[in-house]
Amino acid sequence: MNLYELTVAEAMSRMAAGDISSEALTRSCLDRIDQVDGEVGAFITLDRDGALEQARTADLERKQGRVGTLCGIPVAIKDLLCTRGMRTTCGSKMLADFIPPYDATVVEKIRGQGGVIVGKVAMDEFAMGSTSESCAFGVPQNPWKKGYVAGGSSGGSAAAVSAGECLASLGSDTGGSIRQPASLCGTVGMKPTYGRVSRYGLVAFASSLDQVGPLSRDVTDCAVLMNAISGHDHRDSTSVKTEVPDFTSFLVEDVRGLRIGVPREYFSAGLHPEVERVVRGGIDLLRRAGAEVVGITLPHTEYCVAAYYLIAPAEASSNLARYDGVNFGRRDMKAETLMSMYKDTRSAGFGAEVKRRILIGTYALSSGYYDAYYKKASQVRTMILRDFQAAFELCDVLVSPVTPTPAWRLGENSDNPLAVYLSDILTISANLAGIPAISVPGGFSSDGLPVGIQIQGPHFDEGVLLRVAYILEKMLGVTRMPSLD
Amino acid sequence: MNISRADVEHVAHLARLHLSASELSIMTEQLDQILAYVQKLQELDTTDLPPTTHAISVCNAFREDRVLPSLSQKVALSCSPKHNEEMFQVPRII
Repeated sequence: MNLYELTVAEAMSRMAAGDISSEALTRSCLDRIDQVDGEVGAFITLDRDGALEQARTADLERKQGRVGTLCGIPVAIKDLLCTRGMRTTCGSKMLADFIPPYDATVVEKIRGQGGVIVGKVAMDEFAMGSTSESCAFGVPQNPWKKGYVAGGSSGGSAAAVSAGECLASLGSDTGGSIRQPASLCGTVGMKPTYGRVSRYGLVAFASSLDQVGPLSRDVTDCAVLMNAISGHDHRDSTSVKTEVPDFTSFLVEDVRGLRIGVPREYFSAGLHPEVERVVRGGIDLLRRAGAEVVGITLPHTEYCVAAYYLIAPAEASSNLARYDGVNFGRRDMKAETLMSMYKDTRSAGFGAEVKRRILIGTYALSSGYYDAYYKKASQVRTMILRDFQAAFELCDVLVSPVTPTPAWRLGENSDNPLAVYLSDILTISANLAGIPAISVPGGFSSDGLPVGIQIQGPHFDEGVLLRVAYILEKMLGVTRMPSLD
Repeated sequence: MNISRADVEHVAHLARLHLSASELSIMTEQLDQILAYVQKLQELDTTDLPPTTHAISVCNAFREDRVLPSLSQKVALSCSPKHNEEMFQVPRII
């Protein structure tokens, strides 16, 4: 077995036993990257020397008895998170040469626990997209099938873990951007409750929706990473002071008496029959394990895409106003005027999808349209939040698909942004409501493409999600890695 | 039609974006489709319903008024395309 195939928990155990070193483990990942990343295309920036140095340091720390929870574990970081001294592009030409002078809080935490940061991985530009095809530095492919999307916007994060290029990664999720690529690439991916994980150093897309979360090969690793990255941060005023439990304490194979809600609106006409088969199969296993299955309705589901594609672009238009050629990033200036600097920089730096969303957002917030668009969408957001609150009176978790279909071909839907937006319907509501959600591998389509199962829960109840995901994982026994030969 | 070419041009100016003639045509078409889709929200009666801007609301996230370490001037300027060691330099504003 190759070392890169180990899970975080397995690797920690073997390093503790003195079987393997972090240096050997890291080399294994780096060799794997050399072997497959030409095709997978997950990495934007790879730091071979830095990674090996960190690995050697981790081995030394371990010898001296200073063992962090991720001591010596190779991790990849979505290029939306600031890494001090390491280029951070956000998948955009706007930040092609941006080298942050500070680490994001989550990056600090990973380093603090001894994690080895191997590099920065590909994503849709400024996190806007569901396929990672808008990445200005190469498009990642699905490791399970050449020519198919890895998903987005954390496509690189998912592909890297799936392909064995690292043992875990960090992504971000604003409308499904961790869960969807995790589902399409056959990894675990969790979006924490809003405020659970600090957004300091996460380049902002939509501030009331963004969350950082882990992608991993199994549920245990997800819990270990959640422990490492969660917690209040005074530098993020939206982060909460709620106590962080030991997420690994929820990894118990017992769902007897747990009420599993099945939201009918997530199983509508547009759902691919093989996705439905996999998900219902999972629900059935849970029922046989002693859970109670309850039919649930989330009546405003059909409005979530419309609400999101007003709220998120509106917030984005405000957040991306900072890219003006002044403080960081590129500067283009055809004429020596301020207006020229602003317009030339922004027009050259941003890709089409980003421009599209900035335009929608600016329009939705503009005078005369604010009430009909942004305010209306925010009111519908209240309805969506209340749907979940009502549902959680009747069940403990919701189990459903993550995406309506398995991965599709690269290039499909390039001319149809709206079609891609509609595919986010099953993940978006969780961001609008701030609730936690996880995608766990559920099986495969007949083409051999992964299909994930989504579990959503009440605010701050990541524990119950992990519990359900853990038992599902044990019962399903899904293959963890593609062959890639 | 939900949005005209002139509207898009105006919004582009507000957002400090320059669109070529062909970009303007494509964007107008795509924005029109998207805005047509979001009209769906008008089906819902939201009278008197409070808007939600943050699903998890943190109130008064204060801290003590103490000086904490922050970026030095040199470091803060280091990412800028143009500076004079003291300030970011930009074309004439006024």
